[in-house]
Amino acid sequence: MSPSAEYKTLDLHDQTFLDSNEMVLNMGPQHPSTHGVLRVILKLDGEKVLGTECVIGYLHRGVEKIAENRTYVQFNPYVDRMDYVAAVSNGLGYCESVEKLINVEAPPRAQFLRVILAELNRLASHMVWLGTHALDIGAITPLFYTFRDREEVLKIFEKYCGARLTTHAFRIGGCIYEAYDGFEKDVLKYCDFLEPKIDEYESLLTGNRIWVQRTKGVGILNAADCKALGVTGPVLRAAGVKWDLRKAQPYAAYDQVEFDIPTAQNGDTFDRYIVRIQEMRQSVRILRQAVDKLPAGPTMAKVPKVLKPPVGRIYHSIEAPKGELGYFIVSDGSTQPYRVRVRPPSFVNLQALDKMVRGALIADVVAVIGTLDIVLGEVDR
Amino acid sequence: MISHFLQYLKFNGTPGEYGSTLWATIYILVIFGVASVAVMLMTYLERKILAHMQIRLGPMRVGPHGLLQPIADALKLLIKEDIVPDGADKFLFWMAPVAVMMTAFTGYLVIPFGKQHAVTNMNIGVLFMLGISSLGVLAVVMAGWSSNSKYALMGGLRSAAQMVSYEVAMGLAVVSALMMTSLATGTGTMSMIGIVESQQQQGSWFIFKFFPVGLIAFVIFAIAMVAETNRAPFDLPEAESELTAGFHTEYSGFRWSLFFLGEYVAMIGVSSIAVTLWLGGWLRPFPNALSGATWDTAFSTAPGILFFVLAAMCFIGFARMPKKPSFKVQSIGLGVFGVVLGMIGAVLLIPMVRVRVADIFWFSAKVGVFMYLYIWYRGTFPRYRFDQLMKVGWKVLLPISLAVLVLVAVIGVRHELLAGLMGVAR
Repeated sequence: MSPSAEYKTLDLHDQTFLDSNEMVLNMGPQHPSTHGVLRVILKLDGEKVLGTECVIGYLHRGVEKIAENRTYVQFNPYVDRMDYVAAVSNGLGYCESVEKLINVEAPPRAQFLRVILAELNRLASHMVWLGTHALDIGAITPLFYTFRDREEVLKIFEKYCGARLTTHAFRIGGCIYEAYDGFEKDVLKYCDFLEPKIDEYESLLTGNRIWVQRTKGVGILNAADCKALGVTGPVLRAAGVKWDLRKAQPYAAYDQVEFDIPTAQNGDTFDRYIVRIQEMRQSVRILRQAVDKLPAGPTMAKVPKVLKPPVGRIYHSIEAPKGELGYFIVSDGSTQPYRVRVRPPSFVNLQALDKMVRGALIADVVAVIGTLDIVLGEVDR
Repeated sequence: MISHFLQYLKFNGTPGEYGSTLWATIYILVIFGVASVAVMLMTYLERKILAHMQIRLGPMRVGPHGLLQPIADALKLLIKEDIVPDGADKFLFWMAPVAVMMTAFTGYLVIPFGKQHAVTNMNIGVLFMLGISSLGVLAVVMAGWSSNSKYALMGGLRSAAQMVSYEVAMGLAVVSALMMTSLATGTGTMSMIGIVESQQQQGSWFIFKFFPVGLIAFVIFAIAMVAETNRAPFDLPEAESELTAGFHTEYSGFRWSLFFLGEYVAMIGVSSIAVTLWLGGWLRPFPNALSGATWDTAFSTAPGILFFVLAAMCFIGFARMPKKPSFKVQSIGLGVFGVVLGMIGAVLLIPMVRVRVADIFWFSAKVGVFMYLYIWYRGTFPRYRFDQLMKVGWKVLLPISLAVLVLVAVIGVRHELLAGLMGVAR
């Protein structure tokens, strides 16, 4: 279904129609602000963008194929390498999908631990987004502030499971690690630490005239287009659609904590910025409640040593920091999945790029790539 | 030879006015050297200050607190491979960095660091300076076009459009300052030295003249000059996140360092215009409130005291260095640096020297403030988009500077009339 009637794709390789004002610019895969190895072919009229084409696959590692040759347990660490900025969310989605497939439910304590770690990871992911997005638009300082504060999240991860980035914190059936002594205290301390820091980011950017000019009205994607293109996450919410899988299809312990879904109306870059900032505040709120309610008890459910799920298929999705992260797993009854298909939010959101930058300037392309918050590891898998 | 030297010392003016080619050449060489060193210092300070704004340490490895980093950088750039892209216009590719350097340095001919400390007192100094600094755009366009790269071409085009549009507002702001020079004497001047002297006669820096009209003109100039030198938030021609490196994408090694040098020299150059036109050039602060010989003496000790403070900072750093053998060279280096700074400070306190260098010090200090502002902008602001940049230039700065120009004219005439009616001597 095409997003709108007048929308036509552009044949970028057809250079016969290039008049003297037009040119094709190849942006990436080595470019400071394509967030990794994204390649965008731009057709330009001066500075104006006539059309784009994304070339992806420079970071393709065949994760889905690897899954077919690993057991369910063995594949678990691989998912961390997809969206390496939000590894915990990837692990959470995969573990929950397999748990649904084998009909096991993680114990309540594990559910809450998952919520805490996933929200910490959401904060970390949003901070990476904010820093790099601001850097793309030319503000170089917020990057260092956000990375300073993200460091504290990584420290908590390291203390919890030994790894900082690709955490592999969850196992099928719960969390393998018990929270270390002082875990709750660390998380609460981090919440208190972070709230003024979020104000600090906002003081640098939200009221900044240049920031507002650069983001307001840039890369508008309305709700209808979002739905047509399958765009999810903060991009969808910034268009005014109140859709958050944590509320819509509660998983883990999200039905036991209170939080709001921040939305905005215009669906431009500024709104997406505001939505994500608000989400960070909501994450802090969730963290406080989850630590407060963290029940005692075991962290692992009884799971057979050799996992042989019954023949069947399952689609389970969670709200990753970037949008809906889904796993479609087909089991043929053996120890290895027959097929694993990942629905990565970055990949799906990226296809809105062309729609968003038509008629904009080169500087907007960079801003829009930043605001879509893509991670190429997840786009290419 | 000696008599020539002594005769010159007695002469109260610039070497250009004195008519000595030899002295002018010496001055030019000194300025060339000092400006280059200032650029090196500036790169170090920029990295250091920006780092501290961004909760980092900045260069720390080469020399104590990274003091030798600029030298290491320069050395690295010199020994880097010199790459000329295939399909580049070889001659223009070679010309562009040279042109950037030449235009940046030529403007220094008329910058008055003090009443005697300028190469020459040109009667159209400001015009010359503006003309030369706008020539810089030619070099940028040359670099962008000759590289045969799309990014470079776009950088060059952006630069051309940007410089042309900001030049207008800048020029109008300059004209309002030039009109102020005619207030007390009845005849205006375009000589850089004459402008400062006019501020001295009127007893007020032009930034405070007809408050806040002078201030607005100054702010317009201050914004336009950032755009003119392609610095953040107007650094579109080299916007890293959009055009990788803009017009100098294809340059490497020494050629690239010439662009770098040219940019910083131009920054100091336009800051010097701003200081000369609005901040009283080499004049010391508070000429009205704190006047008199006592205050003159007190202010003239400032350079010496500043160097003593810097020396003290070095000694504190020396005391706080880790007491490990591996830090021995660094500690000694910092200590020696402190001693050298202290000695310079002591020399600057000698009355004879004190009087001669006070003007250079105040001028450099004011330029230094601008340099700090440049760094501060870079640490704070996001980058403008191309169309917004144009909008700011043509729809905001230009009308305001026109209005200021008219205001200055009207207020100035009224001021003169009142003075005439009341019988106050001009």
